[in-house]
Amino acid sequence: MKTIRQVGLVGYGAYVPMYRLEASEINRMWGGFGAPVEEKTVVAVDEDTITIAVEAAKQAVYRAKITPSEIGAVFVGTESKPYAVKPSGTIVAEAIGATPNVSTADFEFACKAGTEAMQACIGLVGSGMYKYAMAIGADTAQGKPHDALEYTAACGGAAFIFGERSAETIAYLEASHSFVTDTPDFWRRSKEMYPMHGNRFTGAPAYFKHITSAGKMLLEETGYKPEDFKWAVFHQPNTKFPINASRMLGFTMDQIKPGLVAPKIGNTYAGSTPVGLAATLDIAEPRDKIFVVSYGSGSGSDAFIFTVQDAILDKREGPKLSSFIDRKKYVDYATYLKHRGQIVQ
Amino acid sequence: MRNVKVAGIGLLKVKEYWDRSIQDLFAETSLKAIKDAGVESIDKVYVSNMSAALMQDQLNTAALMSDAIGMPGISASRVEAGSASGGVAFHEAVQAVASGYSDTVLVTGVEKMSDILPDVVTTALAMAEEQEYTAYTGVTKTGIAAMIHRLYLDRYAEASEVCMMAVKSHEHAVGCKHAQYPFKMSIERAMSSPMEANPIHMMECAGIGDGAAAIVLVPADNAGVEVAGSAIATDYTSIAQRLDPMAMDAIRKAADRAYKMAGITAKKVDLAEVHDDFTINGVLGVEGLGLAKDGEGAKLVSTEEVDKAGKIPINTFGGLKARGNPLGATGIYQVAEVALQLRGDAGDHQVEGAKYGVAQNSGGMASICAVNVLRRAKK
Repeated sequence: MKTIRQVGLVGYGAYVPMYRLEASEINRMWGGFGAPVEEKTVVAVDEDTITIAVEAAKQAVYRAKITPSEIGAVFVGTESKPYAVKPSGTIVAEAIGATPNVSTADFEFACKAGTEAMQACIGLVGSGMYKYAMAIGADTAQGKPHDALEYTAACGGAAFIFGERSAETIAYLEASHSFVTDTPDFWRRSKEMYPMHGNRFTGAPAYFKHITSAGKMLLEETGYKPEDFKWAVFHQPNTKFPINASRMLGFTMDQIKPGLVAPKIGNTYAGSTPVGLAATLDIAEPRDKIFVVSYGSGSGSDAFIFTVQDAILDKREGPKLSSFIDRKKYVDYATYLKHRGQIVQ
Repeated sequence: MRNVKVAGIGLLKVKEYWDRSIQDLFAETSLKAIKDAGVESIDKVYVSNMSAALMQDQLNTAALMSDAIGMPGISASRVEAGSASGGVAFHEAVQAVASGYSDTVLVTGVEKMSDILPDVVTTALAMAEEQEYTAYTGVTKTGIAAMIHRLYLDRYAEASEVCMMAVKSHEHAVGCKHAQYPFKMSIERAMSSPMEANPIHMMECAGIGDGAAAIVLVPADNAGVEVAGSAIATDYTSIAQRLDPMAMDAIRKAADRAYKMAGITAKKVDLAEVHDDFTINGVLGVEGLGLAKDGEGAKLVSTEEVDKAGKIPINTFGGLKARGNPLGATGIYQVAEVALQLRGDAGDHQVEGAKYGVAQNSGGMASICAVNVLRRAKK
């Protein structure tokens, strides 16, 4: 899919909280042996999806060097909305100074809500409706105690501001493709605290089918081959899945390495692919091509191709994602539960 | 009683068939076997399936599968004997042809385990134990196997020797087109895998898979592969009720009966497929078939004697561990693999000069066992 007028990124930001829970600590508590990631991020007691989104959004505005009131849309993609009814987007838009002449909404599509918001922004800017539009993917994911997902359900997010392609855009979009089917591999019903999942069903017929299908279709549409890309980012629910998905599509470990942050922060759900893209933009050079494929349970994938421009060299001031990842404080299991609100006074 | 010939074989690769139904799997493999046999029609269908009632909410599979293969109206029965369903169904099918009641019989095993969550598979396996005496305590089949395994280690062998059962099965599966895991696995990898139930490592357990295998039986004509012996035996359902929980009398009795019917002893067996859902069960299968003395099975499977050029090749296509263990289909896979060997169609897995092959298929903790002996016909 291509837009009528070319669209690009004018700014980006990413944030992960400073607390960490190691897989070994979960094993100590439950007597398990898993380590799908080394450790995962944990929110502070006063953090939630909105505060994470605001941190990332403010950084994106700062780097983009634009006037926030020119942002026509602020979309927050998440599956951990602090309010069931009341948009997160309004709070974020107010916090960054984008209100009142702005469109906001919260997007939900499991782990691809953030990239779904990106697709919407691309369409709105591509049509000329807005000068700038901001898409955020952020989550404070819920992992049921002693469930396999407890190892990985983490928190973090990234924000991207889209604008018409110009010399000011840090990377322009070449094309995108969305691939969706009704595949119920993971879900959380209303009023339930924790999601359910279909174990192995989340793999081959869900994650891998959708990621590889979206990826292959975008490659076919554009005529590119995996070796044409300097970098690649895939949704990272754990360490193994994105590595296997990249192999299946013909990408190498070197291409995904900068964006593969899950081993150190876990699965940030709607923030996962956006955070991986932000980590890749942190080290990308002008003219690098980046291949991105997200995955959201339910299920679907959004695939994007970005080409980095010279402007990136002037528009990534401030702390890189790696500095947030390196800034960490370990907590034990009880503290983790307290921060998550799972034990209360 | 007529002699019976294995006239056709159909095998599907054991894997996860996310987008196919049990009918799909059953029909594809059955039609393969019918085509392989070159028969015009089928008199009777035996459906071997263990857990469709739990895994697909499906009963009445005999009618369902007859419909699936486009043969409504045909005589059909479903056979269930836990994970020995396949071996027992084959035995029933043999009886149908041997007795003269039917001339052309299709026996197909099918199981689709990927439709459900792993804890339901665990429940299904535990359902082969007595619900009111054993299963209700919460013990899993792995837990029961672990008790036997521990006893075996106390009495006879090193843990690594028992574990070699899995290593050998994987080695033999390399290149097998219908195997779920056709790759080698080192003893180090197996022994360092997490404990499922101490002392059973994860890599000593057969996995979860979908599969279907089919065989067509007809009256023997002194050509191809014949059924030399076929027997079933049962035991006390719970190991706690047995004089020696490790004795596995059902395997021994079924083997004795099948060998007697075939007019042979264990010494005449040229290759064997044993029920290695857990390494310890594979080892006890080897001993129960009389291929090794009591307590020496683990030592035997640690040697090259069980490779295709060895004295007694075992699990020549990977066994339950590496070929896969789709429960109700497993016993049919085993017999079909023995038949492939005896008719010289085993490709890279071929055991040269084999005349007699045996398939041992257990249900529960060998509370029921089917042993089927095949032989290469004279012509």
